[in-house]
Amino acid sequence: MDTLATRMAFGKELLKLAETNTDFVLCNADTKTCGLEVFGKLYPEREFSFGIAEQNLIGGAAGLASCGNKVYLATFGVFASMRACEQVRTFVCYPNLNVTIIGTHAGLQVGGDGATHAAIEDVSIMRSLPNMTVVQPSDAVSARALARASLDFTGPLYIRLHRNPVPDVYNDDYVFTFGKANTVKEYGADMTMIVSGILLKKALDAAEILHTQGINVRVVDMATIKPLDEAAVIRAAKETGAVMTIEDHTVLGGLGAAVAEVVVQSHPVPMTLVGIQDRFGESGDPELLYRDNGMDVDSIVAKAKRLVARK
Amino acid sequence: MSQYSFTQKDVVRLEAQAQQIREDIIAMIHAAKAGHPGGSLSAVEMVTALYFHVLNIDPQNPDWPDRDRFILSKGHACPVLYACLARRGFFPPDILNTLRQYKSILQGHPDMTKVPGLDMSAGSLGNGLSIGVGMAMSAKLHKQDYMTYVMLGDGEIQEGMVWEAAMSAAHHDLKNLTAIVDCNGVQIGGWTNDVMCIEPLADKWRAFGWAVVETNGHNMADVLTALHTAKTMRKPTAILMRTVKGKGVSFMEDDPKWHGAAPTDEELVAAICQIKEGGIM
Repeated sequence: MDTLATRMAFGKELLKLAETNTDFVLCNADTKTCGLEVFGKLYPEREFSFGIAEQNLIGGAAGLASCGNKVYLATFGVFASMRACEQVRTFVCYPNLNVTIIGTHAGLQVGGDGATHAAIEDVSIMRSLPNMTVVQPSDAVSARALARASLDFTGPLYIRLHRNPVPDVYNDDYVFTFGKANTVKEYGADMTMIVSGILLKKALDAAEILHTQGINVRVVDMATIKPLDEAAVIRAAKETGAVMTIEDHTVLGGLGAAVAEVVVQSHPVPMTLVGIQDRFGESGDPELLYRDNGMDVDSIVAKAKRLVARK
Repeated sequence: MSQYSFTQKDVVRLEAQAQQIREDIIAMIHAAKAGHPGGSLSAVEMVTALYFHVLNIDPQNPDWPDRDRFILSKGHACPVLYACLARRGFFPPDILNTLRQYKSILQGHPDMTKVPGLDMSAGSLGNGLSIGVGMAMSAKLHKQDYMTYVMLGDGEIQEGMVWEAAMSAAHHDLKNLTAIVDCNGVQIGGWTNDVMCIEPLADKWRAFGWAVVETNGHNMADVLTALHTAKTMRKPTAILMRTVKGKGVSFMEDDPKWHGAAPTDEELVAAICQIKEGGIM
């Protein structure tokens, strides 16, 4: 099983695409994000350096986009979503400009760098902005597919990527479709796990364990968090009667909240939100941080059993 | 560069146009019962000079890719911009009295998705120069020779992002970018240099790698000359224009109260009278 970080898979694919697609430009703010640091050496005219100045980065990207350019920009998710939050809102989303924000170093997987660099609120923030689309791949294969699909996307787009290598879940025939949930595994209809991002692998491992214990789970990859595939959520609620969400992000306002908003309004069923428990990230082995927040495989298995018992 | 040269006849024509723009500003803010007259009136000569003489634009084709760009970073002064766009033919002038009303294209702060000829939304201070940097970069990338003008308030440059943008414009050698600072000396809370001193202003821009042109912002010939000089500079250029907040209406001049207040019916009559009689001092 191949392992590669989603950020590196995305960045390398975009570099490859740049050879044949000459229509996009890249804005950088002196961060090592996703391997795109070499873009400027290969395509000096198409790369714009803004220095360590994220507000200026977003403003400049908006100006470039307003002139008809397809603009990608890359920085850490924390800085894109918070340091430059207002610029994203008022000068990318409000004028509905064609800017793709690549936000890297998502979630607790950042590990050693700790709370200042771990983006755990970015989905909540980006999701609240009108006109914004929010997506997150779950492995290197889907990250590459997303890079290809993003070329034809128009409008404000936030792409959330993780720092460290993760095992591949998908095969190379995977096609990324915006706004479409993907049922990855269907053991049965006892409950549904709706997952976004790299924790998909943990969900699949947990579902396999639960299957051996007589609980049969549907596992859905919700790569597009906004606009949410509401039909897939409602199907999960109706057909399986219990929904668990799993995300490497705070449980306040992210995927779990998005799914819950649909479930409570359309077909209320018991839910459990797996994610960061309203606390900051910290330094350390990501697996230990996941365990502390009840996001490791054992915790997911235990929470799933409690959820099914509430049906 | 023909649009940068001018005759005395042009000056007279533009001064008359500026008078009409002042009347429009007062009338639309009176009709809206809210708005920002002070910073609109201080910018009248410059925005009039741009829209009625200097900018290479086409009201019949507002999205023309090779057009010159103008960003009103001090977006609260949008009445001056709305009036110029309307009088220049981008939309009918009778729309001006819908300022700030429900379903109007003329939002309290400008929305580029609603107003023909508006190059960028604005309202949150400190952002426009960065966007101008992006527009100027795009011109260089695609070898277009349009200019990008960004008008900022003097209070606005207290925002740190302005200086991020200034640094990047010099770094990227954006000769095709001109910042215009409307130095009317007043912000909502009082005199700018009491709220947060911005001087020495010219030295600050020069230190960031910009050329500086200083001018009287209420003398039309001086304004046109400053725009011409800025165009010839081999650096991004800041035009620091000394202005009077509320210029043209005696009781609004130099008074922070008129940063954001609408005239009463009586004040409207008095103001229009003064503008019609006084022209520009």
